[in-house]
Amino acid sequence: MNAHTGIGASILRKEDRRFITGKGNYVADIKRPDMAMGVFLRSPHAHAIIKAIDIKAAAAMPGVAAIFTGADLAADKIGGLPCAWGVSNADGSPMREPPRSAMAVDKVRCVGDALAFVVADTLDQARDAADAIVIDYEVLSAVVCVLDAIRPGAAAVFDEIPNNTCFDWECGDAKATAAAFRNAAHIAKISLVNNRLVGNPMEPRAAVAEYDAGRDHYTMWTTSQFPHVVKVLMGNFVLNIPQHKLRIIAPDVGGGFGVKQFLYAEEVVTTWASRKVNRPVKWVNERSEGFLSDAHGRDHVSEAELALDENGKFLGLKVRTIANMGGYLSTFGPNIPTNLYGLLLAGVYTTPAIHCEVKGVFTNTVPVDAYRGAGRPEATFLLERLVDIAASEMKIDRAEIRRRNMIDASQYPYQTPVIVNYDSGDPKACLSKALEIADWNGFAKRKEASKTRGKLRGIGLCTYVEACGLAPSRIVQSLGARAGIFESATVRVHITGDVTVLIGTHNHGQGHETTFAQIVSEKLSIPTDRIEIEFGDTDKIQFGLGTYGSRSLAVGGTALVKATEKIIAKGTKIAAHMLEAGEGDIIFENGSFVVQGTDRAKTFGDVVGAAYGLVNFPVDVLEPGMEEKAFYDPVNFTYPGGAHIAEVEIDPECGSVDLVSYVAVDDIGTVINPMIASGQLHGGIVQGVGQALFENCVYDETSGQMLSASFMDYCMPRADNLPNMKIATHATLCTHTSYGVKGCGEVGTIGSPATVINAVVDALAHLGVSHVDMPATPNRIWRIIHNRTNQLRAAE
Amino acid sequence: MKSFSYHKPSSVSEAIALLAASDESRPLSGGMTLLPTMKQRLASPSALIDLTALSELSGITIESGNVTIGAMMTHAEVARSAALTETIPALTTLASLIGDPQVRHRGTIGGSLANADPSADYPAAAVGLGATIITDRREIAADVFFTGMFQTALAPDEIIVAVRFPIPDAAGYGKFKSQASRFALVGVFVAKFDGSVRVAVTGAGPVVFRSRDIEDALVANFSPAALMRTSIAPSGLNSDIHADSEYRAHLVVVMARRAVEQALIGQGLL
Amino acid sequence: MNIEISVNGKKVKADVAPSLLLSDFLRETLDLTGTHIGCDTSQCGACVVHVDDVSMKSCTLLTVAVDGRSVTTIEGLAKTVGADLHPMQEAFHLNHGLQCGFCTPGMIMSAVDFATQTPNPTEGDVRRWLEGNICRCTGYQNIVASVLAGAAAMQTRAGVSS
Repeated sequence: MNAHTGIGASILRKEDRRFITGKGNYVADIKRPDMAMGVFLRSPHAHAIIKAIDIKAAAAMPGVAAIFTGADLAADKIGGLPCAWGVSNADGSPMREPPRSAMAVDKVRCVGDALAFVVADTLDQARDAADAIVIDYEVLSAVVCVLDAIRPGAAAVFDEIPNNTCFDWECGDAKATAAAFRNAAHIAKISLVNNRLVGNPMEPRAAVAEYDAGRDHYTMWTTSQFPHVVKVLMGNFVLNIPQHKLRIIAPDVGGGFGVKQFLYAEEVVTTWASRKVNRPVKWVNERSEGFLSDAHGRDHVSEAELALDENGKFLGLKVRTIANMGGYLSTFGPNIPTNLYGLLLAGVYTTPAIHCEVKGVFTNTVPVDAYRGAGRPEATFLLERLVDIAASEMKIDRAEIRRRNMIDASQYPYQTPVIVNYDSGDPKACLSKALEIADWNGFAKRKEASKTRGKLRGIGLCTYVEACGLAPSRIVQSLGARAGIFESATVRVHITGDVTVLIGTHNHGQGHETTFAQIVSEKLSIPTDRIEIEFGDTDKIQFGLGTYGSRSLAVGGTALVKATEKIIAKGTKIAAHMLEAGEGDIIFENGSFVVQGTDRAKTFGDVVGAAYGLVNFPVDVLEPGMEEKAFYDPVNFTYPGGAHIAEVEIDPECGSVDLVSYVAVDDIGTVINPMIASGQLHGGIVQGVGQALFENCVYDETSGQMLSASFMDYCMPRADNLPNMKIATHATLCTHTSYGVKGCGEVGTIGSPATVINAVVDALAHLGVSHVDMPATPNRIWRIIHNRTNQLRAAE
Repeated sequence: MKSFSYHKPSSVSEAIALLAASDESRPLSGGMTLLPTMKQRLASPSALIDLTALSELSGITIESGNVTIGAMMTHAEVARSAALTETIPALTTLASLIGDPQVRHRGTIGGSLANADPSADYPAAAVGLGATIITDRREIAADVFFTGMFQTALAPDEIIVAVRFPIPDAAGYGKFKSQASRFALVGVFVAKFDGSVRVAVTGAGPVVFRSRDIEDALVANFSPAALMRTSIAPSGLNSDIHADSEYRAHLVVVMARRAVEQALIGQGLL
Repeated sequence: MNIEISVNGKKVKADVAPSLLLSDFLRETLDLTGTHIGCDTSQCGACVVHVDDVSMKSCTLLTVAVDGRSVTTIEGLAKTVGADLHPMQEAFHLNHGLQCGFCTPGMIMSAVDFATQTPNPTEGDVRRWLEGNICRCTGYQNIVASVLAGAAAMQTRAGVSS
């Protein structure tokens, strides 16, 4: 076996049927007996003191079961939402960590901050009652932009936190970098904004909670990427519910992208309320509400400089970034613009000296945390834009300057100056392949053709690496992680030889029910239709850390392989007994345990039958049954990377940017299912294209009102915005995961923003444009063209 | 949504009577604008009067140099109308650009005109062609129909029955879509009649307006080249996170040129 | 108000409030939860169903407004061709046209209407038609391939049965 269903096969997905027939089980589909509906009342102000909340009239309205406020949570001694990853300041002191209650008590700190929760028989009744709650606010001035938040005299988001500064973090070597700059032949500079994004998975967040008074037990169904972590954080740190009295189920979840990998106030309040009203309670986010309550992504303001020698070799990189934390610390907020950003600033280059300083700042906006790529798109964008600027200023071809500075395949494993050690890679090979597939050398002809149609054509290149497969405890605990991020898998072989896998990761579109079955199929020579992958229910599944940071295959897959190997090891012992041979003489191949060099064998089915039937079984030395478990803590991150090339056509009359081609060559190690991996690349790339050309979460800088709080104003990429993309891979194996897999969930989003903007700048280079901030909307591009054209005319 | 009573009259007079019975009642055609507004609780009529059963409001007829479109014709029906393709293809183009396919299966010309969204497409066509809005009780010239943002000359209980468009020599519609909403950031409808040109602009300002500067240039020479030096003033134009007023002013002229190109192609002249 | 609607081939009689949206009638009253709600501005298309075989957004339709009409949801699609799966459903499976599955029912219902209305569709036709269907997972590429394959399969099927 298993050329057809094992590793490397593009088999069709096992999970499709329920989705294409409308039989998915999403949280909003769940109905429980006597279920009530919950609605949150959210602050319309960005920054205000709550002077009084009057729920009297609202509580008396038809169908209302109860109305809760932050004061009620406090009275029940409910804890605040914890931050699970702290960072230290450059001087070693801990970051500022203000408290965050699940519903605001004294102050609201962003538009959307939850203040009250109304539980009623129907949704309309709950909404009507929420409308009738009267709140007396003392409105305060708000800060939105990080630069404003650190100015003297800025409104203080937290009275006790000066300059709204959460942390001043750094990595790298300031002295070595300063020395490198002193020796530089050329210094390229950039100032940029990395635009705030809203993840917007198509399924809005939701929770259904049910308290069983008879057992003093809670169940909560939630749209979560990490149900076990929700159970720990919420049960242990917030609601004081013992772990054995709490069950979290994340059933079918409609996309996550990071948005669903935090502990949210809504989960806490819904769960707590279900006991208070002694009825199941359901809460479903509306889309516009999601804009105000889902954690956001990105939002950096940066300045950076790259020092080069006369041959364009990178000598040093200096980066200063101010990152928006929002109005409160989200679960992983501080980690994103620090460890997942600064540590990636070597990119695929041999830059010997790097120094990065990041200031985390509170503002009166929605909390910011991980969103697909989480820090690595930001690092890649900054670095790859700077490289293009350097290439342009030093008149070196953009591919050539990269080649000159790339880590050579022979140099791996490669220790960067920013902590991470890349175990494997071959960026030059990815680059060559991408240049060929994209016909980089033929671009001039295409540019001419576009010109005859009145369009400006540009081509852009990005070479990148990222760190994922979260996370090796040895490394991340030194970086402030407050827990390990291992993974677990149980392989349960049934008496009939069918297999159920219980895995601690979570599948919300990634195809794990198929790819993980392919791994087991490969190892045990069993057809994939005899293998069931289960996840998401904390009562069924041993403790796992969920899915994010492109970890499921690298960490979960490795745990799965280890558990499967334990099955094979046990099977070998049983077979040795049955075949009266030494264990060392038995090999497992093609589904059978064979005495080497003979034709004496027992099938996997024979061995499993013996394990349950106990006939011809070594009962004195081996336990019955055939179920094994593995917990796995990775030894390092994995480091996928690649080279992406895009071409855009700009209509100079309108400023519109058309993405006309996209090529991606990615090193994601061993590919389990090329069809599924390509799908991950497609989706990831389009999200990055979204950041580059379409998406922007905009706040009014004075009032703190969100101006882009629905799909009418926040532009989601549509099918007619995109071309067909060419996806290819070039694999080098990860040295520490099973099968050398690296993971691929985020690489698309990490590589694409720089690729697209490099193409846009290329299209406008003849006007002397050296940088364009994202999103490159028609208005922005037209203005750049218009202003530059006027400047050039004036200069004549 | 807040609750309301629902009625589905089978005659125009019945519909008017129901509307007149309360100021809080509203007519409902496709619902593509009214229902989302009600879902957001920005409107709470006490009664909805569903016009979809009124057969007098359907149909497309050609007569004496005019095309008359029933108020309840959906955008999809207008987009595929053979009669319009023959006479005013710019209208089928415009209708095909409204919303998305599902919106076009429900949204109606009457509903769009009565709503008078400053970014809607039909107002540009109505004013651009010098249409007549035929209501249950009178006829209103398009030039005086749109009185402000989401405001028209209609009385609260008055409904549009049909829209009569004079057939031009040539017409075109240039639309630059907002990427997020797909509404017109700027939409320009240009129509050439014997001896006159009308140019109507939607999306750019608080209400659809005619651009006399562009009309004058095109009367002299109906070609895109005639507009190479034309500009319109940004003052009074909309400015938001998607497009500032200077950009919109620029787009008006660009879209006007594209509308003229379309019109000439339609005539077989380009 | 008393209404009668044919839903997936079955006559359903109900007494509903005028304000009940068709999407809520389907999901909450009839437990047909395959139709999904993804936005509140009638843009995302996750709620698309067929009313008298024409695709419409069920989140922007009053149940009372489709009294007397026939509604087909994703759960009833296969039945319309008397097969285990409609060719369009099959095409989405064969071409990996879905990942998380949330946009998928609306996408498939929209695609079936597209294929019915568009003989000999091009890739550009598909991409333009899908303006009202937002997907966050797939980047659309495999959805476009699925729709074209499904349209071809529907045409073949129509050729075979006619």
